[in-house]
Amino acid sequence: MNINLTLIGQSISFLFFVWFSYKFVWGAIRTAMDEREKQIADGLDAADRAGRDLELAQEKATKQLREAKAEAATIIDAANKRASQIVEEAKDVARTEGERLKAAAEAQIEQDVNRAKEQLRSQVAKLALVGAEKVLEASIDESVHKDMVDKLAASL
Amino acid sequence: MAGESQSTVGYIQHHLTNLTYGKLPAGYERLDESGHVHEVLTQDTWTLAHSGAEASDMGFMAIHVDSMLWSIGLGFLFLVIFARIAKRAHSGVPRGAQNILEMIIGFIDQTVKDGFHHKNAMIAPMALTIFMWILLMNTMDLVPVDWIPAFMGWVTGNPHFFFKVVPTTDPNVTLGMGFTVFGLMVYFTIAKKGFMGFVKELTLHPFHSPKWYVNILLVPINFALEAISWISKPISLGLRLFGNMYAGEMIFILIATMFGAGLVLGIFAGVLQWAWAVFHILVITLQAFVFMVLTIVYMATAHQIEEEDQFH
Repeated sequence: MNINLTLIGQSISFLFFVWFSYKFVWGAIRTAMDEREKQIADGLDAADRAGRDLELAQEKATKQLREAKAEAATIIDAANKRASQIVEEAKDVARTEGERLKAAAEAQIEQDVNRAKEQLRSQVAKLALVGAEKVLEASIDESVHKDMVDKLAASL
Repeated sequence: MAGESQSTVGYIQHHLTNLTYGKLPAGYERLDESGHVHEVLTQDTWTLAHSGAEASDMGFMAIHVDSMLWSIGLGFLFLVIFARIAKRAHSGVPRGAQNILEMIIGFIDQTVKDGFHHKNAMIAPMALTIFMWILLMNTMDLVPVDWIPAFMGWVTGNPHFFFKVVPTTDPNVTLGMGFTVFGLMVYFTIAKKGFMGFVKELTLHPFHSPKWYVNILLVPINFALEAISWISKPISLGLRLFGNMYAGEMIFILIATMFGAGLVLGIFAGVLQWAWAVFHILVITLQAFVFMVLTIVYMATAHQIEEEDQFH
């Protein structure tokens, strides 16, 4: 239990070991640890960023999908409208055409009727004259009664 | 186990004596084992002490060869291993030894960061050195007390060869570290606050008066108080560690004396030794940790610039 040079020897070795540990142990291992800590922090950051990016992309995709759907709906709407418009137009055209045809037909019919009436009229006058001639034979003079018979035919 | 010719007292004394190499003065009478003068030295002689009495007669000019051997050996052991691991350390996934080392470093670093808030790159390596070194030196306590001395006795052919294996049971070792910490404390205080700052710290605290003539009266009181507070730090550091380890070692030795006293006592001693060793693991770690933490605290005090000083 004597105090002697060992005390000084221990002090010197202590200082030497502190220096040694500072020089060859602490720095190297601390550098590696700090580097790893930084790498991990960076990695976590990157993962965070990627997560956010993914979220953004998903949001964008959803938005685009919604827009596309809306656009499609608009297009279908417009197409439907156009189709009904075309049908309407076709109906109109058909109706006017029909009316035109009808009017032409009616005009034709009237013309034919008139022509028939004219013919009938001329035929009736002739027929009446022939009949009257037959009935009256000589008593009636064609030239005298022609005016009267014509009037009769015209009144038909 | 001690030789049968040895008494219990002799056995214990043998275990508490260091292998001492030192200077014996001229005219010193060396005694042999039976107490007769064996040889009278004609001149100053550097030699190994043959007994505890010779070792103490050597005074300060002696060195405990066993303490130095184990302490430096263990210091180199862990530092060389650590340095090898540190050299290959990389920032990838750590494996095996690097993992263990990083765990220790992380633990020390955290402790230092908790207690020391100044800029000094030396403090953390110092804390690491203190913790690991003291831990290893203390751990030598767990080696059964007779193994290594008996082995050395066999190697040297002298069954009474002194060989203590736990450096921290040598007050020179613990006080040596304590006083080195003290020296660093003084050094950092002066480096940080200047020599006048150091003097001020010693003389203007804890009592301080705004009037200079009162201060002059207070200076001696302050100095006495501060001097005690300063000098008690390294002594308490060294003696706390020494006391704990010495007491633990002493109990191991006392238990070991029972091994020669019959089968029943021998088995009982074996159980006791095991139980004490288990308990001692706690003491070993705790003492290393306490020494480290106190060193960090003392270093922080040395770096601390008092608030009132900042306004001067």
